[in-house]
Amino acid sequence: MSITTMLSGRGAQAPAAPKTDVALDLRNVQKTYDTPGRPHVEAIRNLDFQVRRGELVCVVGPSGAGKTTLLRSIAGLLDVTAGEVVLDGTTVTGPPEGMAVVFQEYGRSLFPWMTVRQNIELPLKEKGIPKAERREKVDRALEEVSLSEAAEQHPWQLSGGMQQRVAIARAIAFEPTVLLMDEPFAAVDAQTRAELEDLVRSLWKHLGVTVLFVTHDIDEAVYLGERVIVLSNRPTVLMEDVKVDLPPERDQLTTRSDPRFGELRGHVYELIQRAKRGERPDETAAVDKGV
Amino acid sequence: MSSSPATLAPPARSRATTRSRRSGRSRDLWLGVAGVFIVLAGAETLSRTGIVNPDFLPPVTAMYAALFEMLGEGWFWEALWLTVRGWALGLAAAMALGIVVGFVIGSIPFLRRFTNSTIEFLRPIPSVALIPLVILLFGTQPQSAFVLVVYAAFWQVLVQVLYGVADVDPVARDTAKSYQFGPLRVARSVIYPTALPYIMTAFRLGAAVALILEITAELVIGVDGLGRELGIAQSSGAVPETYALVIVIGLIGVAVNLLARFVERKALWWHPSVRSEHS
Amino acid sequence: MIRFLKATGYVLGLPVILLTAWWFGSANSTSPFWPPLSTIIETFPSTWTWDRIVGDVFPSLARLGIGFGLAVVVGIVLGTAIGLSPTLRALSEPVLEFFRAVPPPVLVPIIALFAGYTGWLGKIVTIALGCLWPILLNTVEGVRGLEPVLGDTAKSYHLSPWRRLVFVVLPGASPRIFTGARQSLSIGVILMVISELFGANRGLGAAIVQFQRSFAIPQMWTGVIVLGLIGVLLATLFKVVENRMLAWYVGQRQIERGA
Repeated sequence: MSITTMLSGRGAQAPAAPKTDVALDLRNVQKTYDTPGRPHVEAIRNLDFQVRRGELVCVVGPSGAGKTTLLRSIAGLLDVTAGEVVLDGTTVTGPPEGMAVVFQEYGRSLFPWMTVRQNIELPLKEKGIPKAERREKVDRALEEVSLSEAAEQHPWQLSGGMQQRVAIARAIAFEPTVLLMDEPFAAVDAQTRAELEDLVRSLWKHLGVTVLFVTHDIDEAVYLGERVIVLSNRPTVLMEDVKVDLPPERDQLTTRSDPRFGELRGHVYELIQRAKRGERPDETAAVDKGV
Repeated sequence: MSSSPATLAPPARSRATTRSRRSGRSRDLWLGVAGVFIVLAGAETLSRTGIVNPDFLPPVTAMYAALFEMLGEGWFWEALWLTVRGWALGLAAAMALGIVVGFVIGSIPFLRRFTNSTIEFLRPIPSVALIPLVILLFGTQPQSAFVLVVYAAFWQVLVQVLYGVADVDPVARDTAKSYQFGPLRVARSVIYPTALPYIMTAFRLGAAVALILEITAELVIGVDGLGRELGIAQSSGAVPETYALVIVIGLIGVAVNLLARFVERKALWWHPSVRSEHS
Repeated sequence: MIRFLKATGYVLGLPVILLTAWWFGSANSTSPFWPPLSTIIETFPSTWTWDRIVGDVFPSLARLGIGFGLAVVVGIVLGTAIGLSPTLRALSEPVLEFFRAVPPPVLVPIIALFAGYTGWLGKIVTIALGCLWPILLNTVEGVRGLEPVLGDTAKSYHLSPWRRLVFVVLPGASPRIFTGARQSLSIGVILMVISELFGANRGLGAAIVQFQRSFAIPQMWTGVIVLGLIGVLLATLFKVVENRMLAWYVGQRQIERGA
């Protein structure tokens, strides 16, 4: 019924033989852009943090904090200038094997000439999975995101929220070690957004996948994450690595009215405000790994 | 435009382009020059070594010798002038006609629906179908070419203008209505800006088609111009001159395209395909 | 029902008015150039007999089909290669710029030098070369203009170059490829006719010019009409194929415009 079985060996519940406890390790990552008009623009000064296997970590920062640059570096779509991104013990040089990305531009990341099923199936074909098994995996992934009935439709026939679910289904069917999400819900309405947030929580919990979730929304970060990594203004360093000590069972209503939620939210908000004003932690704090 | 300092370097570009962009421009230029040189040298070699019969493909140097010789002769400049004049007059008439008709039909929904089937039917009728008719009517006079050029370019322009007028944002149109703009003001301040890029595209497509038909009329019917000289050169066995004239006509085509695209790019800078050429 | 009648009225209204005007306007025409429409229609069956269709129309269309088909294949292959490789693009851009700008009919005298102009070869080469550039250049643009997020998606899911080409690059470029093919087809029809005007020939274009030279004016008019009908027919056929193959694109555009 669930994909947990498919993920066995990768999931947190059943770690068959993980090489390390750390799924994703950023080691003093720096990124500088060099363009003819504006040479030497420093986007990321130094980022150094880890995501443990099976964790759900959110990254927030003021707008223009280099969140997208960071995500693209982790996804192997952008070269880092110095330092390294290590996934599963291997340094990332191109798009790594065990990673799936859900982009913010859901409308543009799905192939419009394919049906929903074909979109999800294509990466599986590449993995060389036989046809019957592919079909099964696609069906299960669609079931996970409650979109079974839309399998034969084209993405553009669906609403924005449904399109983003298709992108999520494609990512989980791929069975990645780490699932990267780049402000995936920035462009959907508030109600859909709440539903999708709960979807991510429940998928994470019962699939045991490691999730790195980039967002600009403080509430979303605190609600979803086990940890919230707050970024500074550009050139980006780590403001603080906030541990979210809310109960694992979360619910839009009770969790958001939990006083602890309010405190954490207030704390992150405070950090972001400071970051916006250009305040930065001293360099030792940035190197310190927080948790 | 949207690349404020907040959104650093367009994240969509790949590593390779970011790295090579600094030297990209001049490198591309040199590669382009190299490409032209390779083609010219290749043709010269094929001919000189006799791999291709030099009677069919004379050495490039011979073509250019013929070309420079032509540049000193009166008939060449006369023919060039007639070709360019025929092209420009035909294109201007087609643009004027296409824009006016397009605006009128496009802004009145009834006319748009009423004429749709007729336009869709007449548009694909190949302009060369008119060749026998214009020969009967005008013989080798310039009017023959004019009719063909206007007919062919008109449809290109009309269809683009119709697209453009249809593309007007309904909200903008409603806004204009709610402020009680008169029809002329609506045309000028709402429809025209939206349709402008389409008109530029119409100019580019129309300009190319107009040149094709002008040359065709000269070559096939015998209207005075470079096309007729080309036909004469070929039938009299003057092979280098034939190639020289093809080169000249091609260069006119290049000039027409460059002009059209320069104008178009000014108006279409926001279009993705144009934009990615810049970044 | 009323809506259906109204739609029919819109489609047929103007054509009926124009044909009626032509019919009555030309009814008493004595000008040799503008014979009455009734005369043209009477001439039609005796002019376009089955023999003539087999002997003139089919060969013309066959040459067009072969030339256009060659142009599509070569144009897409070369266009994709050039679109994917910045180096190749920079190298070939000025050269392509020149060849696309050469009005295709001037190829006729050159090709006549090589292949002669009495057989099929010269004509097919003319059509293929004329049709090549719009397809080639639009393919290049289509491949280059591919949505960057789709490229990133393909990369992050490790699609092999082959899969990227077949499932991402070519479908993404297909709207532009079709735009190019449509331009090519109308150029192809022009060249189909022009290529038959040189040398002694059979074919649709040759037949029409033959009528004109022998002052068989009503017959010439029927030829113009046949040529027009073929143009319309080919355009319709093309549209059917396009709507089938680009159904996703048409649907997507409709939704975007409606929203």
